[in-house]
Amino acid sequence: MTTSTVTAPASATTPGKALAPDPARTRLRRRIAQWGFVAPAVVFMLLFFGYPLVRNVLMSFQHYTPKTFFTGEAPFNGTDNWSSVFQDVLFGKALWHTLVFTVGSLLGQFCIGLALAVFFNRRFPLGGVLRSLILLPWLVPMVVSGIVWRRILDQDTGVLNTFLGTLGLDGNTPWLTSPDMALLSVILVNIWIGIPFNMVILYGGLQEIPKELYEASSLDGASAWRTFRSITLPLLKPVITVVLVLGFMSTVKILDLILALTDGGPADATQTLGTLTYQNSFVELDFGAGAVVGNVLILISAVFAVFYLRANRTEGK
Amino acid sequence: MAAHAPTASRRRWGSTVAGVLVLGVMLFPLYWMLNTALQPESGLLQVDPVPAGLDLSGFSKALGDQGGHLLTSLVVSFGAVAICLAVSAPAAYGLARFGLRGSRTIVFGTLITQMVPGIVIANALYNSYVDLGLVNSYFGLMLADASLGIPFSIVLMRSFMVSIPGEVLEAAEIDGAGPVRTFVRVVLPMSRNSLITSGLFAFLFSWSDFMFALTLNTTDDVKPITLGIYQYIGAHVGDWGSVMAASVLSAVPAAILLVLAQKYIAAGITGGSVK
Repeated sequence: MTTSTVTAPASATTPGKALAPDPARTRLRRRIAQWGFVAPAVVFMLLFFGYPLVRNVLMSFQHYTPKTFFTGEAPFNGTDNWSSVFQDVLFGKALWHTLVFTVGSLLGQFCIGLALAVFFNRRFPLGGVLRSLILLPWLVPMVVSGIVWRRILDQDTGVLNTFLGTLGLDGNTPWLTSPDMALLSVILVNIWIGIPFNMVILYGGLQEIPKELYEASSLDGASAWRTFRSITLPLLKPVITVVLVLGFMSTVKILDLILALTDGGPADATQTLGTLTYQNSFVELDFGAGAVVGNVLILISAVFAVFYLRANRTEGK
Repeated sequence: MAAHAPTASRRRWGSTVAGVLVLGVMLFPLYWMLNTALQPESGLLQVDPVPAGLDLSGFSKALGDQGGHLLTSLVVSFGAVAICLAVSAPAAYGLARFGLRGSRTIVFGTLITQMVPGIVIANALYNSYVDLGLVNSYFGLMLADASLGIPFSIVLMRSFMVSIPGEVLEAAEIDGAGPVRTFVRVVLPMSRNSLITSGLFAFLFSWSDFMFALTLNTTDDVKPITLGIYQYIGAHVGDWGSVMAASVLSAVPAAILLVLAQKYIAAGITGGSVK
C-alpha cells in the first residue's frame, strides 16, 4: 500500500517501466490494493452486524446468570430459554404491544407527514424556512424528547392537562400512569417524532413529479382529490414504500423513547420486544432469555425485508 | 390578471399563516423544554406559559452536574465520526469504482444491516466487550457508535462517487498516481459535500445514541449526555428545571447544525434513504 503512494516524478515520462514486471502479478497486486479499500468496512460490518446475529442465536441456547460474568461459564441448555420465554405471559403482551405500537405510529406519522408534504409542496412565502425548521424535533436525541414529553404529559402539573382543563375538557387524564392510556400516549409521542422524517422524504418524492401532469389534469377539470388519487399517489408509490419500510425498521425495535417515557410500565403496559430484550439481558442479566426475544425481533424484521425486496423486484420489471 | 393577483397573493400568505401554526404545534414541546428550564423554581409545580425573568440558575446547575457528560458526548461523537469516515470513505470508493467481485453483495449487505435492531447488537456486543475489556471505555463506545453511521455513509458516498467522471480518474492514473494517491488527491476533494453530509449524520447518530451508552457502560467512567439526563430524572425527580436545562444543552448541537448545515441535512435524509 505504501509503495503505491510513492511516485517518482519521472514515471510519467517512462510509462514502460511500470509495466515491465509480469502483467499477471501486477494485476494481482492491483486487485489486492483495491480490496484494501473495501476490507476494513467489510470486517467492521461483519464484527458489528454479522457476528451479533450469530452470537445471539448461540446465546439463546445458553444459560446465563449474573454469575456468568465472573466464572465465564454459560453452559448450553437446549431450548430451555425458548420455552420459558414463550410460556411467559409477558412475551405475548410485548409482541402485541410491539405490533400496536408499530402500526399505530406508522399510520399516524405517514398520514400527517404526507399531508404536510402536500401542503409544503405548494409555493408560498417562507415555505422553505418553515419546512426546514420542522426537522428540529427529529434531530433532538430521542431519549431527550421522551423526557420532555414525560413532563408535558404529567397528570397533575403537565401543560397538556392544564391546557385541556382550561378548554373545559378532562384535565386529569393519566396519560402515562394508567395502563389503559400509556401505550396510546407513547404512540402519540412517537408520531410527533416521526412526522418530520416522513414529511421530508415524501416532499422530495413530490418534487420529482413533473409539473406538466398537474397542468394537464387541471385543464381536464379534474378535482383536487381526483388529481391526488390518480397522479400523486401512483407516482409517489416507490417513495411511499421506502418511507414505510424504513419507518417499520426503526419503529419495531424502538427502545430509547419507551424507556424515557415509561420504562415499560405501568404494569408492563408499554413493554415491547425491544424493552423486553433490554430488561431480560441488562436488568435481570438473563442474556439467554434476552437473546430469544431479540431473535424474534430479528425474525420479524427479516420477514418484512423479504416482502419488501420482493415488492421492489416485481416493481422493477 | 390584474384582478386575480391580490386574491392569489392573499391565498399564498394564508398558507404561510397555516404553515406557522403547524410549525408552532410541532415545535411546542421544544419551546416547553426551554420554558421549563428557565423556571427552575417551579420544581414539581405547574410551569407558567412564559418565564417571568431570565433565571439561569437551572442552566448553571445543569452545567455543573452534566457539563462533564456533554464533554464525554463530544469526545465520543468526534471519535465515532473519525472512525466512521476512515472506514466508509475508502469502502464507498472501492465499491463505486473497482468493479470487484462481490461488490453487489457487499452493498446489499450494507443495506441489510439497517434491519438489525440495536438492542440485539448490544446484547451480543456486551459479552464480547467484557471479554475484550472494552466495557466502560471511550474507544469501545466510539466503535459501537461508529457502527451507527457506517452503513449510511457507505451508501451515501458510494452513490456520489459512482457519478465522478471516469476520465478524471484515468487522468490521475496516467500522471502516475496509484489508487491511494488518486483517492486522497482527487476523489476525496471532489466528494467533499457527501463527506460532510456523512460526517454530520455520523455525529448526530452518535450524539443521540442512548442504547450503547446504556448497555456498554456499567460505571460512571464514560457517561454521555443522553445517559446522564436519563439517570438525572431518576435521581432528581423534583428538579425538572435542571433536567430541562440539561435537555436544552443536549439539543444545542442539533439546532446549530440545522441552521448552519441545512442543505447537508436535507441531502442526507433523502440521499441516505432513497439510494
